[in-house]
Amino acid sequence: MIATLLPAGGAPLRPVVLALLSHWRRHPVQLVALVVGLAVATALWSGVQALNAEARASYDAAAEQVGGGVPRLVPSDGRTLDQADWVALRRAGWPVSPLIEREVTVGGEPVRLTGLDPLSLPALTGLDLGDGPGQEDAEGDGGDGFASFILPPFQTLAARETLRRLGLAPGDRPVLEDGTALPALVEAPGIAAGVLVADVGVVQRALGLEGRLSGLAIGDDPRPRADLAEVTGTRLSRIEPERPGDLDRLTRSFHMNLTAFGLLSFTVGLFIVHAAIGLAFEQRRAMFRTLRSTGVSARRLSLALMVEILVLAAVSGSLGLIGGYLVAAALLPDVAASIGGLYGAEVPGTLALRPSWFLAGLGMAIAGALVAGTQSLWRAATMPVLASAMPEAWAVAQRRWLRRQGALAGAIALAGLLLPSLGGEILGGLVAGFGMLAAMVVAAALVLPVILAWALTQAERRARPGLMRWFWADGRQQLSGLSLALMALLLALAVNIGVGTMVGSFRATFTTWLEDRLAADAYLNARDAAQAEAIVASLEADPGVTRVLPNWHADTRVQGWPTEVYGFADDPLYRERWPLLDTVGAPWDLVASGEGLLVSEQMAYRLELSPGDAITVPGASGEWTGTIAGIYADYGNPRGQIRVDIDRLTALFPGVERRAFGVLTVEGERARVVGMLGEDFGLGPDQLRDQAGIRALSLSIFDRTFVVTAALNTLTLGVAGIALLTSLVTLSGLRLPQLAPVWAVGLTRRELGVMELARMAALSLATAVVALPLGLGIAWLLVAVINVEAFGWRLPLHLFPGDWLRLAVLAALVAAVATLQPMLRLMRMAPARLIAVFAAAR
Amino acid sequence: MRRPVGPWLALVASLLSLAIATSAPAQGYLGLGAAQDNGFAEVRPDRPISLPADHGAHPDFRIEWWYVTANLKGPDGADYGLQWTLFRSALAPEGSEEGWQARQFWMAHAAVTSADTHRSAERFARGGVGQAGVTHPPFEAWIDDWRFAHLGDGSGDAFSPLVMTARSDDFAYDLELSAEAPEVLQGEAGYSVKSELGQASHYFSQPFFHIRGTIVIDGVETEVTGRAWMDREWSTQPLVETQTGWDWFALRFDEDNALMVYRLRHDDRDAYVTGNWLTADGRSERLAPGEIEMTALEITEVKGRDVPTHWRIEVPAREIDITTRPLNAQSWMDVSFDYWEGPVFFEGSHDGIGYLEMTGY
Amino acid sequence: MSVTAPQRDIADDNASKDLDVRPVPADERAFLALEDVAKGYPTPAGRLDVLSGVGLTISPGTSVALTGESGSGKSTLLHLVAGLDTVDRGRILLEGRDIAQMREADRAELRRSRLGIVFQQFNLIPSLSVGDNLSFQARLADRYDAEWCAHLAERLGIDAALDRYPEQLSGGQQQRLAIGRALAARPALLLADEPTGNLDEATAEGVMALALDLVAETGCAFLMVTHSPALAERLDRRVHLTGGRLTARPAVA
Repeated sequence: MIATLLPAGGAPLRPVVLALLSHWRRHPVQLVALVVGLAVATALWSGVQALNAEARASYDAAAEQVGGGVPRLVPSDGRTLDQADWVALRRAGWPVSPLIEREVTVGGEPVRLTGLDPLSLPALTGLDLGDGPGQEDAEGDGGDGFASFILPPFQTLAARETLRRLGLAPGDRPVLEDGTALPALVEAPGIAAGVLVADVGVVQRALGLEGRLSGLAIGDDPRPRADLAEVTGTRLSRIEPERPGDLDRLTRSFHMNLTAFGLLSFTVGLFIVHAAIGLAFEQRRAMFRTLRSTGVSARRLSLALMVEILVLAAVSGSLGLIGGYLVAAALLPDVAASIGGLYGAEVPGTLALRPSWFLAGLGMAIAGALVAGTQSLWRAATMPVLASAMPEAWAVAQRRWLRRQGALAGAIALAGLLLPSLGGEILGGLVAGFGMLAAMVVAAALVLPVILAWALTQAERRARPGLMRWFWADGRQQLSGLSLALMALLLALAVNIGVGTMVGSFRATFTTWLEDRLAADAYLNARDAAQAEAIVASLEADPGVTRVLPNWHADTRVQGWPTEVYGFADDPLYRERWPLLDTVGAPWDLVASGEGLLVSEQMAYRLELSPGDAITVPGASGEWTGTIAGIYADYGNPRGQIRVDIDRLTALFPGVERRAFGVLTVEGERARVVGMLGEDFGLGPDQLRDQAGIRALSLSIFDRTFVVTAALNTLTLGVAGIALLTSLVTLSGLRLPQLAPVWAVGLTRRELGVMELARMAALSLATAVVALPLGLGIAWLLVAVINVEAFGWRLPLHLFPGDWLRLAVLAALVAAVATLQPMLRLMRMAPARLIAVFAAAR
Repeated sequence: MRRPVGPWLALVASLLSLAIATSAPAQGYLGLGAAQDNGFAEVRPDRPISLPADHGAHPDFRIEWWYVTANLKGPDGADYGLQWTLFRSALAPEGSEEGWQARQFWMAHAAVTSADTHRSAERFARGGVGQAGVTHPPFEAWIDDWRFAHLGDGSGDAFSPLVMTARSDDFAYDLELSAEAPEVLQGEAGYSVKSELGQASHYFSQPFFHIRGTIVIDGVETEVTGRAWMDREWSTQPLVETQTGWDWFALRFDEDNALMVYRLRHDDRDAYVTGNWLTADGRSERLAPGEIEMTALEITEVKGRDVPTHWRIEVPAREIDITTRPLNAQSWMDVSFDYWEGPVFFEGSHDGIGYLEMTGY
Repeated sequence: MSVTAPQRDIADDNASKDLDVRPVPADERAFLALEDVAKGYPTPAGRLDVLSGVGLTISPGTSVALTGESGSGKSTLLHLVAGLDTVDRGRILLEGRDIAQMREADRAELRRSRLGIVFQQFNLIPSLSVGDNLSFQARLADRYDAEWCAHLAERLGIDAALDRYPEQLSGGQQQRLAIGRALAARPALLLADEPTGNLDEATAEGVMALALDLVAETGCAFLMVTHSPALAERLDRRVHLTGGRLTARPAVA
């Protein structure tokens, strides 16, 4: 079958391939190493790709969701609009569709309840109302998706994710906090996660808002229409949608991180494959010579080897794809949590299989196998028929190899150092940052054997001659065979340390910042402006409350960047507690005057702004140019943020929602006030949070955000363990001639086994020691270069020596686990096998 | 990810057909009435047409339409045609629910035709919320910014003058209609039988409108004048299941005489052909099945279908033997439930102009 | 062919022992005594009895050549004496202790402190330098004697190559190094399995002469497997293995 794939002519390929393949039958462990290596590499890579694809698909879905992705008309007063305005606009030729939306809780879970009218502007809704009756299936029995949606008993549409989160099944009726039951649920794939969709009339009734709408979606019908002001006066304002690319742009750095991790794992896996293919080549040298001498051309031999690699790659790649799917399915909920936490984008927790993903994964596996096998293919093509007279002494060969590794490492390190200055402009800072990271990591991996060889030589020189010297010397000799696995371990450990340090530093900074930032005792979000007014009046009359501070915001775009504009009152609270990174002379006075504003760090970074600079902010009522009074940290926010005086905000955005407030209470009154707000105004947990609650929530979101990172870290370490194990298993057979004489002159098998274990532990620990500075280098790059580029915020670097110790132990443990099988095998080996070494004439 | 609009609209249209028939035939488009009346009013021969009251909506009936077609000429003598139609369809008689819960649905079609182009558009709306409806008096029928309404305060009995507007992304029109002649009743005194099985509707027409105004195609305005024809029909009963479509002619012979004929096709028996001879003095004479002969002369491929665009119509009793040809054979209504509708010319024993609607091809 | 004459002509003194090949009751005073040693291996064709009741005693300082056809079990017998493998039946007494009854750790101890082993394939430790290879066993047995090692190196003609690695040596040098390693711990018994089998004739002769000299110098007993009658003639005694049993002489036609 294989032969038919290739051009005819010359010796038939089939017997050559079969001869080559016979090797694997005799060395099943090697075969397993190769297949497992490639499968694991493919699994992690394709798993990450599947996660990325799933997330991107859900961003697209989010951009297309009900009322999303299109401009809207909203009430200028931030409340609701009269349905009559909608009719008036329709009759004036406006292609607008009514929307009514509220954040509600169902069974304690927050969801968005959206009411819409599918008839008036269907193109906007993006709804799949199920299989309609079609022209041939006009059964009025409720099986008709469209009719069922707009006719009693109605339907509530939700994505499967939402149903799962609510713990409800299709057919159940979701119940709002006030006891109102919505129509029976129907699972609808077109609905964004976290949204319940029902007919506009149904939602109006459920919310007690008959005849009221929260906004109008505007369709892209180009027909001429009346001027908005002529129809509805100033009652409605137009707001632009988030651009479809926004989520993509905002989450790009996150996905780049994931991709970098996937690539790292893939590389680590290729190390295994490279080792296995190389070993198989060495062991088949004699066979190649025999084949060559029987008339198989070098070209044909290479071709046969390539066919062999392709076949193995296809098999392993397919296995890897299965693994990749499982990895992705297992990680998806965490990725969803991360993306939700970082960017507020909902990603469903189920994985869709995409053919493009399958093909790309398989292609990657084959390409990887070919790259890993290039050296062997090259050698097979250029190998002389006759063996060279005398094999070179291993020490000499090793010395030359190490020199080459060192030189290559130096070159790559140099390239990495030059990358930002040479390619930074072309590649962009983020890519250049990752490029530097890659160069540093690869250079360090290449230089690892050099360092280990040096260390082992030192140890050997200092060791008493005899057993201990042999212990080290043998380690040095094994280095050539183990170096790839140890490099893999180095990468895994260093990335663990690097990412761990980055996350730890971030968390420490975040915690402190949260402490300062959450200055008010409680934060509330009223249901609507009317309720807000009532609440504020009640709080202001409450002797237990010292201050009620507005916390309103509107969205805009500053120089194309999605930006939140927050308004706040001039209050000692901010002056005393709000941390500013950089300021002009009297920042708070400048802001209070209405002429100044504060910008977030990432926004200042992106737009290259400094205190004292002027910045123009587009508002609903026109543009306003203010002076930057200060820069503050705003960790975790992918958008830009601006803070202005509350009066400036309302001037700029007359329609801003006036529902959010911070409440400061008299010492000891907090609990009572919070309780009163809950009871008197029916504020649920989503609308009312005390400081501690927000802090806990923020930290839990933060922690969930990095669960994926931790999981990938662990997996990478696992791959390194597999690399180590496969290397040791393949080496263990080769090592018998080295071990048998030592056994013969008076060491027990047990002693040999223990020494093997101790040697691996020593090598792994040495690798861990090298990994520490590398890991800190990675952490520095992440914090000082990549984070700044990706998120726009700088972090102080904190060190966590406890983690390093834990990792060192983990490294030794990984080594021990990897060594265990070969060690036990050695300990239990029949003496006859060791004796055979002496008898073998070969 | 955005769904194409077409299939979705098919759902909407099918909802309308759902309102009509519990088990609509394949091309059962806007049939009449329903199997069970569910509280709807019945179509009965003894219910007389009462004008001007019957210009308004009949929400007690399941289905109803206001259907205007016009044959027009531009200043250079070029021929045009246009259509303005508003359909009302109810799942329940009006009054049972209000607001968004009202189970009245509205659909509208508009089109303009010239010798080299045919433009069509459609609109959908739910009743009860004001987006579409018909009030009377004064008479006003609307959906979004499409309108057909009495000009002035609407006092007086005359259904004239009127304005008619519609607008889509590639065409628009704005015209005034006036009538000197009274409306004429179709069938037997407005009771129009649709098959031998007795399905029927209430049906009257105004074939003698004068019309003038502006049509706009791709931004090019043209002043037009001509004659318009309005059909008003409402019913509750469905058409029979085996009905596969119809071919309907509104033909104007001269200032005072017009002919309406239609052929309801069935897949299990001969077509049901009937019509009325209408005169400007208000008289209407029914032509019973057997009195009219309709023969397709020429088939044109329109949108991948074979559509008979040229016809021969014979009414021996009145010595009528004419052949018709379309202004534009490609007058295809590219809407959710698509059909052919456009202006025609006829010659033979008589010369004249008119409109042809054909469904089910 | 110049052979350094042994200081004591053991062969003459013990000529009568050439006949002592019967299974004899254990001589507790014998240095090495094999009693009714049997060993077989499972093969696809059934069990193959390689040794079926071998008896042999060797006095301290005696050199014995063990000859036999290929596959006659010479190497097996040597491995059993070395404690690398275990008997199915019988006893192997070295200095009065039964190797067969020893735990693996004791056998290893015995190997490193009382035995020296030289294989046909040299079987040096590739990761260690020549010098470290030479002293390896002695150090392992904690019997390292710098002077003795230096002497051995000089005698073996490898003193200039002590910092090199075994694979950088010629075959003859490697085998001399193997002999040196085996003798560095001053074993009581040197075992050699076709020590010159991998060498050309001239080199083999030089290596053999050196080996015999050093054995004599060390004063250890010497059991050598060889297929060369000429080589066998140079040892004190010769025993022949055939059909799983020892005979005094090869059954020459």
